[in-house]
Order: sequence, then C-alpha cells, then structure tokens
Amino acid sequence: MADRARARRCVVLCIGNPERGDDAAGRAVARALRALLDDVEIIEEDGEATRVLARLEGADAAFIVDACASGASPGEIHRIDIGAGPLPLTGFSASTHGFGLAEAVELARALGALPPRCVVYAIEGATFDIGAPLSPAVATAVEIIAARLRADILGD
Amino acid sequence: MKVRTIKVDQLARVEGEGALRVVARDGVVQSAELNIFEPPRFFEAFLRDRMFTEAPDITARICGICPVAYQMSAVHAMENALGVVVDGPLRELRRLIYCGEWIESHTLHVYMLHAPDFLGYEGAIEMARDHADIVRRGLDLKKVGNSIIALLGGREIHPINVRVGGFYRTPRKRELQPLAEDLKRARDQALATVRWTAGFDFPDVERDYEFVSLRGDGEYPFSDGRIASSRGLDIAAAEYDEHFEESQVEHSTALHAHLKARGPYLTGPLARYALNSASLSPLAREAAQEAGLGRVCANPFRSIIIRAVEVLNACDEALRIIDEYEEPERPAIEIEPRASTGFAATEAPRGMLYHRYRLNADGKIADARIVPPTSQNQPSIEEDLKTFATAWLDLPDDALRRRCEQTIRNHDPCISCATHFLRLEIDRGG
Repeated sequence: MADRARARRCVVLCIGNPERGDDAAGRAVARALRALLDDVEIIEEDGEATRVLARLEGADAAFIVDACASGASPGEIHRIDIGAGPLPLTGFSASTHGFGLAEAVELARALGALPPRCVVYAIEGATFDIGAPLSPAVATAVEIIAARLRADILGD
Repeated sequence: MKVRTIKVDQLARVEGEGALRVVARDGVVQSAELNIFEPPRFFEAFLRDRMFTEAPDITARICGICPVAYQMSAVHAMENALGVVVDGPLRELRRLIYCGEWIESHTLHVYMLHAPDFLGYEGAIEMARDHADIVRRGLDLKKVGNSIIALLGGREIHPINVRVGGFYRTPRKRELQPLAEDLKRARDQALATVRWTAGFDFPDVERDYEFVSLRGDGEYPFSDGRIASSRGLDIAAAEYDEHFEESQVEHSTALHAHLKARGPYLTGPLARYALNSASLSPLAREAAQEAGLGRVCANPFRSIIIRAVEVLNACDEALRIIDEYEEPERPAIEIEPRASTGFAATEAPRGMLYHRYRLNADGKIADARIVPPTSQNQPSIEEDLKTFATAWLDLPDDALRRRCEQTIRNHDPCISCATHFLRLEIDRGG
C-alpha cells in the first residue's frame, strides 16, 4: 500500500507573476504550502500554456493555484474541479500572449493528458499593478488555500 | 450603397493585442491598417544611463517568446562598440542557444498558432481533439528548444546566463550529450513537420517583396553576416541607419520601418530563405526541395513550410555544434568600456532585429535604438492585405475575417515586441 501511495504523483502547480500585485497569489501559496508539507511536488510557473501542460503530464493528481479576475470580491476563493468541465475562459486568460491556464487545461483534456484528479483554486485579485504587494484580502486567502490544499493532499 | 463592416474584438493566435481595419470600396480594398494601440514600452529610454553590461538582461524582457534574439543583438552591438569579436566555442554556444529559440518559437507558431488556419480549426485545442498525435509531436519538438535555452541560458524564458563577452558559465561537454539524444528525435519530428505543412492547401498568391535579411558567410545566419536584400542591398549593420528609416503612423503606436526611397520590405523566414537557402544543412535543403519550395518563395502563406525547414536546420546545426564542441578556456572575454557606438543585427525567428547603442567612456548607455522585426514587417503585412483581400471580398464575413487574420499570422507578428495586437474591422463600403 505504502509503495502504491508513493508511486502516485501529485503536483501542486502555483501560477503567477511575482511582480504584478495579486497575480503573485499562486506564488505566495507555494511558499505557504512548502512550510506545511515536505514531500509533495510544488512547482511555480508563470502560466505559459505549453509549460503548464508539460507539468501536468503523467500526474495522477494536480492542484493548480492561480489568481483570477472574474468580477467577484477580492480574496474570494473559487474551487473548480476541472475534471468535471472547462474553466470559464474569462478571468483566466491573463497570459501576455493570450494562451494561458484555461487553454493549457483544455489542451491537456483534448490530448487525454489531464490528470484523473485535477482541481483549480483561483483567488480573486484586487490589483495587478506592476510592483504592487499582495492586497490584504488576497494575502488572507493565500493562507486559507494553503491549509485547504494540505487537507486535500493528505486526504487524497 | 451597401456598407458591410466586420469587427473582431480580439484577433487570436498572435503575440499581443491590437486591431485591423480593412476598407473596401466598389469591390476593391482601398486600405488596410494595423492599429496597434498598446502603449509604447519605453525600453530604449530605460536603457539610458544603465551599464553596457545590463543591456542583454534588460532587452531580454522585451519578449517572452524571443528573448535570446534581444540578448544576441544586444551583446553583439556592445562588442561591436568595444572592438571585441567573440569567436570559437563561445560563438558556437551562442549559435546553439539561438537554435533553441528558433526551435521553440517557430514550433509554437507552426503548430499552435498557424496550422489551425490551414486545417479549419478555431485554434490548437480544437485541432488537438482531432489530431492529438500531431499536437503532441509539436509540443515535444518545442520542448527540445526550451531545453537548449534552459541549459545554456539558465532558464527557459528570459535567460540569465548570457553576457557581453560570452556567458557567465559555459557547459561541460558531457552536459550537452543528453541534448544530442533529444535533438536526434527532434530532427525526425522536424522533418515530419516539413512534410505535414507541405501538404496544406495554400492560396495561390505571390508578392514582389524586397527581402531583407542577414546573409551568412556559408552558414544560415543567426548573428553574423551583412544585411542583404533581394534587390542588391549589401551593407554592414553599422550602415543600417543610412538605408532604413522608421516613421510614425497615426494608427499605430509601433513605428513603421522602410527602406529609404524604396518603401516596405520583408524580413523573416521568407527573406532568410530567399537569401540563404544554399546554406541550409543538406537534410533541410532536401526537405525544402521535396516540399516544393524552390530557391525563392514569395507566397507568404507558405512561410509555415519555411519555418518547419528552419526548425529542421536548427536541429541539424545544434547537433553539429554539440558534436564539435570544445569547452572554452574562459566563459567570457573581459571587456573594458570606452566612449563608442556599436551596431548589430541578428535574426530573431520572426525577422531581423537591429540594435544600436552609444556608450559613454564609463560604459553607461547614452542612447539606444531597437528596431524589432514586427516594426519592419508591418508595412508589408498591410500591403499583403491590400493586395490579396480584394480577391476575397466575395467571401462571407466570417471567412473573409479568418482569411485576413491568417494573412497577418503568415508573418508571426510579435506585437509585444513592436508594442502589442488585435481587433479587426472590415468596412466593405460600396
């Protein structure tokens, strides 16, 4: 059993630009989660679709954390089981070249490469200004998500 | 009088954001304007008063797809200013990292951005549902390009290991060996890509371009060679400003470049191929021939085949470099600053990229000029639309819009470099 559990590959993919205000939320979750869990693969990425796809490849479970701008209140947490359906495109196409997380996930699905368990945590951002710090509501959400991810992963 | 206006809020599958407006009257296209509304990015101003050594890292930030091109133009211009020539293994490593960029950038464009146009899909995701194996091949091929950049540059995007005079650290020979294995597989995939794209259905159109690119001395050009054109231009990078000019146009925040007293010209795969096809590797040359390219190709829709041929050539060149690599004694040549001016043009995947720097005696940048490929190609892209779109005016709005977008994508414009892209509006008038 223990061997089988170890053989399961679980990745936590934390996406964001550390220099763009609340877009750094995913990166902040990576740091918070590293303090809570030792032996899980926690990866930070800027969100370019083909690299996100490469990170998902071969994983049995993937948890993806990103900031979003869907019009909800800053700091609001969206938990989306993308095994069940696509990400809403609006709010997730923040990549410079318009080819970001939503596209990466759908490309993975089209290629049959989406991990059997795949969950996105999205944190509603308030500001994406260059050089801005995390806004307080987002910083609070970062801690909440890290704790929820720990529970998700340990219970997986 | 019947007026038809087609408007697209966001042109997909180009690097950046902007708009296009096509105006037709009495069944003839009168004008085609790329409206680039992205604010200017002021990189040339950021560079002022920074040390000459900082230029490769600052200019790499201009583009996430082709940062190596910016680094290569910057380091060569600085070395030109300071009278240094970087040769031997360091030059080879620079060619190798440029191979990596061509492989990843071209493959992204061929598979994810351009191929869906030819196969009738909205985008790569829709295409992947029907052609999963082909898309996987593209992603695999792109990854090899990224691996080269990561190994030599320290990371895949905005590499941090390139410096004026060479590199901060150079790889051991054994570190390059695993890349060679990947590249052999990539070479097969690239050959398959040439054959795949050659089978697409292409509109039967041509334009009488003046092609401009570096002309390599017996090698397919990356960073060395004179600036040549298909109409006899043959100059050093230092003479660029005498022959080319940039002008402002009201509808774009990106400047338009022209050949003085001649007008628009084209840089990029079609131009490089026209001026250098004899220097391709034997395998790439053979593949080009088999794909029916001829010595010169003036049909911009077929640029997708040339990109595939250039990926194949880059795989071959990378394998050659790795095979012949001798570890250099030092990772870089130390360079002393002095008051000077330097020039360089290198071949970014989407076209020629010119840099000019004036340095103060203490090595601080007094003045910088950067002319990205998309600024140079914009007037030709508009001319393409003007020339071709009249014949397509009978198409329904959706099909016409798609054909116009495809016409723009033929040149892989990087509006993020030139500034940014695209909304599309067609006013059929009449």
